[in-house]
Parts: sequence; C-alpha cells; structure tokens
Amino acid sequence: MTRLEQPIAVCRTCCEGYEFVNRLLDVNNLEVTFAKRAGKFQAVRGVSFSLDKGEHLGLVGESGAGKSITGFSIINLISKPGYISKGNILFEGRDLAKLSLEEMRRIRGDRIAMIFQDPMMTLNPVLTIGTQMIETVLAHRRVSRAEARDISVERINRVRISSPERRLKQYPHEFSGGMRQRIVIAISLLTDPALIIADEPTTALDVTIQAEIMELLLDLCTSRQMGLVLITHDLAVVSQITQRIAVMYAGLIVETGPTAEVIATPRHPYTRGLINALPQTRHGEKRLRQIPGVMPGLRNLPAGCAFHPRCEQCRDICITTQPERRTLACGVQVACHLVEE
Amino acid sequence: MNILAMNWRRFRESQALYAFLRDPVAIGSFTILVVLTLVSFLAPWTAQHNVYDTATLELLDAHTPPAWLDQGLERYPLGTDDQGRDLFSSIIFGMRTSLLIGLGAVALQAFLGICIGLISGYTGGRLDTLLMRVADVQLSFSTLMVAIFISAIFEAVLGVGFFERYAVLLLVVIIGLAEWPQYARTVRASVLAEKKKEYVEAARVIGLPASRIMWRQILPNALSPVLVISTVQVANAIMSEAALSFLGLGMPVTQPSLGSLIKSGFTYIFSGSWWITLFPGITLVTLILVINLLGDWLRDYLNPKLYKHM
Repeated sequence: MTRLEQPIAVCRTCCEGYEFVNRLLDVNNLEVTFAKRAGKFQAVRGVSFSLDKGEHLGLVGESGAGKSITGFSIINLISKPGYISKGNILFEGRDLAKLSLEEMRRIRGDRIAMIFQDPMMTLNPVLTIGTQMIETVLAHRRVSRAEARDISVERINRVRISSPERRLKQYPHEFSGGMRQRIVIAISLLTDPALIIADEPTTALDVTIQAEIMELLLDLCTSRQMGLVLITHDLAVVSQITQRIAVMYAGLIVETGPTAEVIATPRHPYTRGLINALPQTRHGEKRLRQIPGVMPGLRNLPAGCAFHPRCEQCRDICITTQPERRTLACGVQVACHLVEE
Repeated sequence: MNILAMNWRRFRESQALYAFLRDPVAIGSFTILVVLTLVSFLAPWTAQHNVYDTATLELLDAHTPPAWLDQGLERYPLGTDDQGRDLFSSIIFGMRTSLLIGLGAVALQAFLGICIGLISGYTGGRLDTLLMRVADVQLSFSTLMVAIFISAIFEAVLGVGFFERYAVLLLVVIIGLAEWPQYARTVRASVLAEKKKEYVEAARVIGLPASRIMWRQILPNALSPVLVISTVQVANAIMSEAALSFLGLGMPVTQPSLGSLIKSGFTYIFSGSWWITLFPGITLVTLILVINLLGDWLRDYLNPKLYKHM
C-alpha cells in the first residue's frame, strides 16, 4: 500500500511544479554524521541536489569535501561510525534512507550501480571475470546460469571488448588497467541500472585511456537514458560530459547549476579558485594559481562561511554568519554573501 | 579432451611445479608420502597377512624377532607381535587407519573451522566475540585433554562395544571437535584482512547477499593459509590419534593403528621384544615428518615474502 502512496506524497511535497515522471533522484538536506569517541562530526552538512532521468551531474571538490561520502550515502553504504542523520534520498519514489537492509541490497547493483577509482582493487583477484559477472546477475535476476552468461557476454560487447567468450574465462590480472575499468563498467551495466554513481572512475588510469573510458561511459549513459553522478576533481571532464555541476566544500554544496553557466561565470569564490587553478598554457603563465591554505578539518569548522579563512574577498559577515543558498535568475544556486541577487 | 590437455599444459607450465621440482626436500618427502599412502591404502594387496582375520594368527609365532635376527622367520620380515601377527602387515594396515583418521579429522576440523571462522570474521560484533571466546577457552586446554574428555564421554554414553566397532568414525569426530579452534582462528584472521579490501566493498555495492560475499568472494582469497594449516593438521591429527591409542582411548587392539601398535609393544619393550614398538614408531615419525616438510614447502611457496634462502 505504501508503495503506491509514497510517490504521490513525494510529488506534492518536494517536486512541486516539476515534472515528476522525469525525476530520478532527489537528495534533500542530507546529513551524514560520524560518531567517534572524540565526538560527533558531520562529513556532509545538508546537501540537496536532484537528477532527472538520463541526466549527468558532476560532483566536484577537493579531497575530503564529502563527495564520496555523498555518493556512498545514496546507496546507503557508509562504513560503520558514519550514518545518515538527517534528510532523505528519494529514488524512483522511494526514500532510500529508510529502506531495510534487504530492500536496499536489492536496489544496490540492480537499479543503482557504482564504479570505483581503482579497477584492480574492485575486482576479486581469484575469481574469473565470468564468475564475478554471473554471480552479479544471479544475485538480482531469476535466470539460469546460461542466461546469466549470455547477458554477461552481451555487456562485454557493449563496453567494446573483443572476444567476450574468452574474456569470461580470464582473471583480472590478465587485463590492462583500462580494460579492467571497462569490465567494471560492464559489471555495472549487467542489470540495466537507472543510475550510475562513478567515483573518480578514471583517476587510476593513464591519461590516454582516461578519455576513452570517459567517452564510453558517456555513450552508454546517453544511449540507455541512465542517470550519472560523476564524482571527480577533474573540472575539465565535468565541463565536457555533464549537464549540471555541484561544487562541494567542507560538506556543503556551495554552488550548483548548469555546467556551462557555472564554468563560464563562476559566482562562488571557491569555484572561481578551482577553475583558476587549472593549468592554462594559453596565457603563458609560469606558475599555477592555487587557492591559499587547506580545507579545514571537519571537526573544527570555522564559524560563518566555511570557506572564509581562504577567501580573498572575505568580509565581516562571512566570519559570523553562514550564507544561505540562493537561486539566481540564471538557474544557478550559490551559497555566498558576496553574490548579488 | 581438449580441456584436459589445456589443464595439463597449465599445470606443466605452472609456477608451483617449477618451484616444486627445484626443491629436493619437497620431492623427497612427496615421494615418500605417495609411496606410504599407496602402500597403506592398497593394504589388502600389499600386506601378506590380513591382520583383521584372527583365524590366520598363529599364537605360537608370537614375539618372533625380525627376519635378519637369529630366531627370525622369512615369513615375518619385521617379526611378529604378542598375538603372532605379522608386524609388517600390521604396520601397513595400521598406517591406513591412521591416515584415514587423520584425513577425516582434518576434513571435519576444516569444515567446522571454516564455517565458524568465516561467520565470525565477517559478521564481527558480539557473535564474533562469543565464538572466539569459545575457541579461546577450548585452546586453553591442551587438545589431547579435550580429546580424552570427549572420548571418555563417548565411551560412557555409547558403551565400549559400540565404541570399538565405530572406533575410526568416533576418533575422527573426537579429534575433529578437539582441534577446530586452530582453523577457526586462522580463517578468521585472513577474513579480517580480506574484509577491508575494496573488492568486498564492491561486492556489497553490487548488492550480493552476505552469504555469497562470504563463501564466493572472501573464502577463495583466504584459502592459502587454510591449505598450509591443513597439511600440518593432518600430521597433528595422526599424532593425536596415536597418543589416544597409546593411552588406550583410541583404536582397539583388534584394529591396529600406528598408535595402538606402539602401545601393544610398549608392554614388552623390556622383555626383549623391542621391534613391536620400534618399527611402528619409525613409521609414525616418518609419516609425520614427511607431511610437515611438505607443509613447510607449501607455506614457503604460498607466502613468497618468507624467503628462507636469501
């Protein structure tokens, strides 16, 4: 009964005026808390974003900004001392934060797939690729081994690897890094998920292969209308393949909006800093411009705007009050006191 | 046929075979072990006398010394025991019993230990604490003591007659129950190490159920210490069996094992019949030494960080 009622309720409360049919993921005011002996602290402090079917969202920020934890919290797999303390994650009309372990397990790897940084680490070293793929299919579909095998072969074809039959019998160490990541992508495609969360999928790869893998991922997502959350610190990649971008800093989204708009005219000083920090050869500059200082630890966040100690345009109000997120006319949302309406 | 040929080629080109063929100790102990195993499991054909058939015993031949001594007889190359049984045949049959008990007990230990260690290591928390404390308590008694305890209970509950009839099976159970903690601890330790690796996380992300992650993903990665410990445990189980039989709690005299042979000769060692104890003893030592040497080799091979000959 709740299954039918839930989406309607959701539709009225949070997606007002929005075409509900197209909405895939809605993260509202998500907070992730880590309870350690030294005390509780929040790694994600109220993050909200949404994703339509087939839309690509880039989640960028420095290491430790809470990007990966946000990604993991979508599939409700935050490791032990951490837990979702507030907010909800609506996926296909269901609140993932409130599902039971077994219901969540069914969604994981079936409707939502995740791709990690290092393909060497994520594949089981002592099992053949075939075994790992067939196991995955069997965990989610009531099919015979032969059918599971056929599905695996088809997916390996889809990620453009030749002679899939032979590949199924090979072990992960027999593949190169790029090939391995292709296999990982093939595994994530096994159940035709609606959403793929890619956590720095190309960081561990060669530069030449990065482009190939990114292109493949983009093609697959576009052709199958899959939503993509791309977690990365590579702004160049994000600007090329995503429609929307969300910039995270110290557990908050400081700026979000259409990728082209945000990259062309960054409003938040942090976003500006990130873009300026990209190496540019055109201007003949000798030094890279960097953002001074480091990101504050999550245990002792500064009062006011978390970015103020590093901000060049810091004012009195920034030190005392935390800026609210405001929506601008161009569709960009920014959390900064300096931005004019 | 094609698959067979392919596997054969894979085996012939494998690193294991290469390393094995360059280790004379490993080759030597493997050869001896194979010979001993073959001879003992083919006992009905390799032994001259069937020691289970009491009708063939000649009491008059009791205490015949080995053939090369003065009063020795050609029929009994290693002499006879106090019942007039041919010692050579008894050793062959006895070794078969000992090996059977050793392998059986290790199979049981491995089953218990792997299940408990896997669940304990993967689940963690209270269940882990409980299971490991049980293992600790059992380890704080000597395994022999636990085995004596269990076998005393079995004998009391089932009766001596029943115990003698199913002695092999019961000894397997006794030794299996007495030594599972070693397995459980080893498996748990490697599960704990494997659990932190990213492929386990990835398996959870894929949505595999916990039981599948344990058995299909973690266990194959945790198997190499299990292999090593298995060889050593076979030797241990054979020794436990010998010790129990020596104490009179193991195999009955009518069904000789190496331990019960040593025991039956021990009574006569000072009255001159030293061979009844000595030859089974030598066999036991050889068997255990060979198995342990192979276990050592396997450990060195599976753990390349331990270079002995650097």
